[in-house]
Parts: sequence; structure tokens; C-alpha cells
Amino acid sequence: MRSHFIHPGAALLLAPLLAFLGLAYGIPFLGVVKWSFTLPELGLGQYGTLLTDPLVQSVFVRTFRICALVTLASVTAAYVIAYVWVRGTTGQRLAAEYCILVPFWISVLTRAFGWVALLSNQGLINTWLRAIGILDEPLMLVRNEFGVIVGMAHFLIPFAVFPIASAMRNLDERVLLAARGMGGGRARIFWSVFVPMTMPGIIGAALIVFVFALGFFVTPSILGGGRSVMVAELVYLRIFQSPDWGLGAAISITLVVIVGLLSTALYRYLRPAQMVG
Amino acid sequence: MRGYRPGPVALFVALLVAVFLLMPLLAVVPVSFTPSRMLSMPTGALSLRHYRTLIEDPRWLDSILFSLRVGIFSSTLATLFALAFSLGIWMFRPRFAAVLVGFVLLPMIVPPVVSAITLYFLLTTLSGLGSAVGYDTWPGVVLAHTVVIVPFAVVLILVSLAQVDRRIDLAARGLGASTWERATKIIIPNIKFGIATAWLLSFVLSWEEIGITLFITSVNAITLPRLMWMGLRDNIDPAIAAISVILILITVTVLTVRIVYRWARGLA
Repeated sequence: MRSHFIHPGAALLLAPLLAFLGLAYGIPFLGVVKWSFTLPELGLGQYGTLLTDPLVQSVFVRTFRICALVTLASVTAAYVIAYVWVRGTTGQRLAAEYCILVPFWISVLTRAFGWVALLSNQGLINTWLRAIGILDEPLMLVRNEFGVIVGMAHFLIPFAVFPIASAMRNLDERVLLAARGMGGGRARIFWSVFVPMTMPGIIGAALIVFVFALGFFVTPSILGGGRSVMVAELVYLRIFQSPDWGLGAAISITLVVIVGLLSTALYRYLRPAQMVG
Repeated sequence: MRGYRPGPVALFVALLVAVFLLMPLLAVVPVSFTPSRMLSMPTGALSLRHYRTLIEDPRWLDSILFSLRVGIFSSTLATLFALAFSLGIWMFRPRFAAVLVGFVLLPMIVPPVVSAITLYFLLTTLSGLGSAVGYDTWPGVVLAHTVVIVPFAVVLILVSLAQVDRRIDLAARGLGASTWERATKIIIPNIKFGIATAWLLSFVLSWEEIGITLFITSVNAITLPRLMWMGLRDNIDPAIAAISVILILITVTVLTVRIVYRWARGLA
């Protein structure tokens, strides 16, 4: 079958999707690249704005800060729940699986709304805290960075669980036995054997979460309430509110470059097979 | 070494994480039964008015039907594209297979907002050509959803193809089966569950899609998430709590059936 450069049957099967994505995705992407260099006038002006405009820069800085905090929170939480999912008793594993999969399958909007219902000024948490008498004034829990970080971490924990759990499952049991045989206590085994040996899973999860978080749009705009705009929302605002398509396009292209670099790092670091399992 | 179990500290922290994961899903339940017209907390009085709104206000029903139509079309298209492509990769193992797969997976890796602006470019251009497939039309939404869900269908079908024993296909080929016969009589029957899963996942992804849909619709093509978004952004409409509770219930039911089935089979 390898004698043809491209077998006619193969061409017939491969062509529809390649042609579809080429026409519906590849060429329009080049159109967006063109926008970034031509709107409103030909040149590198929009990229210059990206590098000099304090507003755009503050949005990038905020995005990186939020993404870093979200990554830290999600990976930590995911590690703990993955640990119980992989190493727990049957009942614990079932419960952990449930807690991971149920939110995973529920839409981003429903989840964002759930956080609004919990965190807003008239939300459940503020209502309870005032009913008990702990608070007089409602705590500002949402429509700020705190709300954004909580909502995004909630969305991204399941995505961090899968690579971590996979690394935990691939861990050779005999290593743990050996550690115990040499007199290691449970905390010692956990910190000096278990965590270092699952480090590829941790780093893979961190990169996945960070890359996902960079392009996040829905959760920040609902829970940030327009006060803590992230890069993706800035693109939306440039396209629909201020019509400034050139800047929106230039920001998008910059985002692709950043994500491309991070994905290359991810690919080099982890064998792709580990990601699926 | 099943003896190496999580200790009390790990279990306690995991419990906190579990509460954190489930809390926002539970929080919408009391809100959905409040009688107030604005988002408010339960004060004791229960009401089904927000559930009634879902039935009485035609916008909700329209958007559900719209989402169903878009989901069925786009997941069917995506599954067919993905099936043909994956069969091509598996049966012929073409040169540069990794590059080809990498290319079709791009919409999954590229940040959604970049896909959104790309599809916005596509659909506004098509609208400018006077095409029926354009900005704020249902075929436009189908086109855009197909682009972003097709990589997921490809991944699932490639994974199920990887589990097919190549010797069956070799035997069929040795007995003189044509490419068409090998595909339809040997390979597809062996991956039919994978294909069904790919269709279902594609449908769910289209049904929930909002990040791209926001960029390519405005007033005519309103999917259910788009309507929820409008209610969330403008004034927080408690009918969203009611629809959220229904969506959560459906998800929980399907997942419970699946998890129980898998565990029962795994432990039997």
C-alpha cells in the first residue's frame, strides 16, 4: 500500500475533511492575519499598539496573573482528587469519579451561573453569612478577579485531573513497596517518591490548564462583570463594541503564537500517548 | 499495592475539593424555586414560576429547538467527516499522517476566541457574497460548530480504530475484499460504538457551545446557550436557574447510569 505516493482510496477518504477545514478554517485564519496587518491601515501599527498601549498591556498582565493563579489552584485541587480517584477504596474512587465527571459534563454557562448564585451580593454565601450575623455588609466575592479565579479553577480542575491520574496509574507499584520496605513513613513516601514520580503529569496538567485559561472567555466575562477583562474578552470588545477589527485580530494572532510555543513545550515534555490514557 | 491508600489528611482535602466541585451545581436548585422576578435567595416561599416561564415564553422553546437542529446537523457532519478521515489514516497509513492529524486537530488546540474571530471572518465574508450560509444564520452556526467539534470526533474514532485487530482487515484483504467492502463490512462494524460515542460527544459539544456562537450570531440565530448568555449579561433572569437545574438533572442521570453500568461490569 505504500507504493503509491498517495493511494486514490486514501485521497478520497482524507480529502473531504482536509478540504473542509482548509476552506472553512485555514483560509479564514489567513484572512484574520491579513486584518491584523491592514486594518485600519497597512503596516505593523496594531502590533505596535500591543507593545505600547498601557490598557492592552494591563489586560495581558492581568490575564497572565489570573492564569498563573488558576493553574496553581486547579493543579493542586486536581492532584488531591486524582489521588483519591486512583488510590482510594472502591467507594472513595466511585465518589471521586462522580465529583470529577459531573461538573465536567455540565456547560460552562450553567457553572458560571451557579457561581453567581453562590457568590453575588444577594447570593447564598452572603445571605448565610449575614443571617448568622458574621457580616453587616456583603462581601464582594464576584464581579472581580476573585470570582473569575474561582469560576475558572472550577471549570479547569477536571481537565487537570486526567493527565495527573494517568501519571499516577502508570507509577510502578514496586517503587512504593521498595520505599516502604526501606522504612519510609506514609508522608515521606508521598513527598519524596510519589509526587516526584508523578511530576510529568503535574507539569502536563499545568500546561494544559494554563493554555486553556489563556483563551478563556465566558467565565471571566460573567464572573468578572466587565471589571477584570481578560485577553479573550478584549478581542470580543474590539470586534463588537469599539469596532477595531485590526487590534482584535492582532491580539488573536499574538495569542496563537503564545499558545503555539507552550504547546510545543508540552509536546516535547510529554509523550503524547501519556496524555490520552 | 492496593494497600497504599490515601490517609486522613488527603481524604479531608479531597472532600473539600469535592464540595467545591459540586457546590455551584447545587446552588442553582434553591434559586430556581424562588417566586421573585429577579435573582434572589429562597425566603421560604416556593414557586414554579421560572419553570413555567420555560414553557410559556416561546423564546426558550425556540432556542431549544434551534439548538437541537444545529446539534443534529453539525454532529452528523462532523462524524461523517471524521469517520472518512480516520478510516483513510488507519487503512492507508499515508505519509505525513502525523502532520495531517495535527492539522485537523488544530481547532481543538487553538484558543476558542481565535477560532471565533476566524469563523466570524468566514461567515461575514460569506454573508457579503450573498450566501445563505452566513453571519447570524442557522447554516452558518452549523458550519462553525462542525469546524470546532470535528477534532473531538476524529480523536474518538482514531482511538477506537487503534483497538481494531489489523489481522481481521488483512484476512479480508487476502480474501479479495475491495477497499469499500473492508471499510463497510469489516472496520465500521468493529467501531460502531466508537462512532456512536463520537456523534454523541459532538452533539453535546454543539449543544453547549457558546464561545464561538457569540461571535457569529446576533438576533436571528439564537441557540439555548446564547439565550442563557443574554439573560446572564443583561439582568440575571431566574429562568436560567430553572433551565440549569433541568440540564444538570439530565447530565447527572446519564452519567449515573453510565458510571453504575461501568462499575457493575468492572467489578462483576
